Amino acid sequence: MSISEQDVIDFIYAEANLLDEHKFEDWLELFADDGVYWMPLEFGQTEEHLTTSLMYEDKLLLTVRVERLKGERTFSQRPKSRCHHILQRPQILNPQILKKGKEIKTKTAFHYTESRLDEQFFLVGWAEHILRPTGDGLQIVRKQVNLINPESAHRNIQLFV
Amino acid sequence: MSEVDIKALVKPGASEVHRDVFLSQSVFEQEMKTVFRRTWVYVGHDSQVPKKGDFTTTTIGTQPVIMVRHSDNTIQVLLNRCPHKGVQLVNDPSGSTGRFFRCPYHAWSFKTDGSPLGIPFKKGYEDTGFDKSCAKKGMCNLKNVKNYRGFVFVRLSEEGESFEEFFSGSLSSIDNMIDRSPEGRLEIVGAPLRYLHHCNWKMLVDNQTDTCHPMIAHESSAGTVKKIWEAAAGEDTSKPMSKPMPKPMVVELVLPFMSSYETFEKMGIRTWDHGHGHTGVSWSIHSEYSDVEGYFISMVEAYGGERAEEIIAETRHNTCYFPNMMVKGAIQTLRLFKPIAADKTIVESWIFKLVGAPDTFLKRTAMYNRIINAPTSIVGHDDLEMYERAQEGLKVDANPWVNMQRHYRADELGGERVHPGTSEVQMRNHYVSWAKYMSAGDEV
Repeated sequence: MSISEQDVIDFIYAEANLLDEHKFEDWLELFADDGVYWMPLEFGQTEEHLTTSLMYEDKLLLTVRVERLKGERTFSQRPKSRCHHILQRPQILNPQILKKGKEIKTKTAFHYTESRLDEQFFLVGWAEHILRPTGDGLQIVRKQVNLINPESAHRNIQLFV
Repeated sequence: MSEVDIKALVKPGASEVHRDVFLSQSVFEQEMKTVFRRTWVYVGHDSQVPKKGDFTTTTIGTQPVIMVRHSDNTIQVLLNRCPHKGVQLVNDPSGSTGRFFRCPYHAWSFKTDGSPLGIPFKKGYEDTGFDKSCAKKGMCNLKNVKNYRGFVFVRLSEEGESFEEFFSGSLSSIDNMIDRSPEGRLEIVGAPLRYLHHCNWKMLVDNQTDTCHPMIAHESSAGTVKKIWEAAAGEDTSKPMSKPMPKPMVVELVLPFMSSYETFEKMGIRTWDHGHGHTGVSWSIHSEYSDVEGYFISMVEAYGGERAEEIIAETRHNTCYFPNMMVKGAIQTLRLFKPIAADKTIVESWIFKLVGAPDTFLKRTAMYNRIINAPTSIVGHDDLEMYERAQEGLKVDANPWVNMQRHYRADELGGERVHPGTSEVQMRNHYVSWAKYMSAGDEV
């Protein structure tokens, strides 16, 4: 299956849109079974397992998060949070492999807003996706969210950047 | 100092505590002048400053300090202000200052023990009385510093209990964490998680030994892990006899949060004088982690079989060190509840490497930290919601009391004591000591 640059860009915009529309289960389906969502704790961090991260979640943990958001007794979501992404046009970091059906790497700058009750906060940074072309389209193998201030004293970050 | 009437805030035995303990800014300011000056407060671990000139910055209460390794290899703790105009000498969380601190404003310089090194164009101070000033003495070097097996504590006040008297038997929890390294050595790994709470710092301390909340407040997080894992494993994991699928590490870490009241009751609580205590006397939610290949052998080689078994079997849950630190030896984490204001707290969560032990331990520790302690943690979200609702709910004038009477007995404290695991005794122990340090003697 041939993937064009525009397909990749559309996929990343659509991913953010699912989050902003709170279609978390549809969002989860974008992840490959071996997919990972990673948010490092330190700027420039390369170690995944042997130091603390803000998030390092496989599909099991992502599923837990999505289920929890729906829960009757999820009191930190009463009332619910809302989120919004503004993305810069995604960059494809390895465009030469597009026609070869191999994993595609992208980089996308974002301004993310999350709000609940009277509070609203902003997170800024860039996401690095690794996308796998399959017969059914693209899947997320890895989404790495790099904040410009991961070490700051954050309030609750309850939804997905 | 505007005196706060402590007796009006804490009932005998701390069975009930007045809301002003959490809400009042004048109570908070008195805490900073008493509790955080008269007790031994943790400032850092010496592995954070391995080389001469290495420093970290932190706070004791609201006092900014620098922990630095001096040229003679000792750990020094200095108040972080230039004696000239008050500018902070360094403001990075950590770094190296080389052989001296140099103020970025007017280039006054100080050795790494705080003593004065140089002032540019000094002749302007001749015949001014400068020799008698505070500024002449250099940076304020804190005298009462204790490096206990790598853990550095400071008592700001000149007078008070010695380090050993203050902590007594409670140091056994720090000892156990260190002894879990076959080399008897820990190292801090990475930056701390930092999590801003709009609530009083003591609500977090209370929560550490609150064994009646996990199965309720964390039903949304730990309960969902349990539900999804049971569905994935295709079986009911409440029946331990049939285990077709090995539990992933994360499931192993989170499922025990859903243990029953009866289990937590049997876990037990131990208290010591001066407000220290821990959950998990005979068992804890950390007791049933999988063995790590090669570890036991290295422990036996280091300590001998009997001692190695003893160290590994001691799986205490949360040890609260008065006033604002919590240590989990069995999972090598340390949390600090840093007071910012009556309704503002920053929680720092640190992890340690067991030097000489397999990397699996560090992986487990790092996973625990992000799953439980991060601002992105669903478990953290559950707790923060409760603290902040309490901070708001306590504004109700009709009932100004926070209740801590579970398993209360008038004669329960004194020396080392063991109590039922769902008792609120460690909270009471905290406030009995808190009241003592808040009211004892003159301002120090």
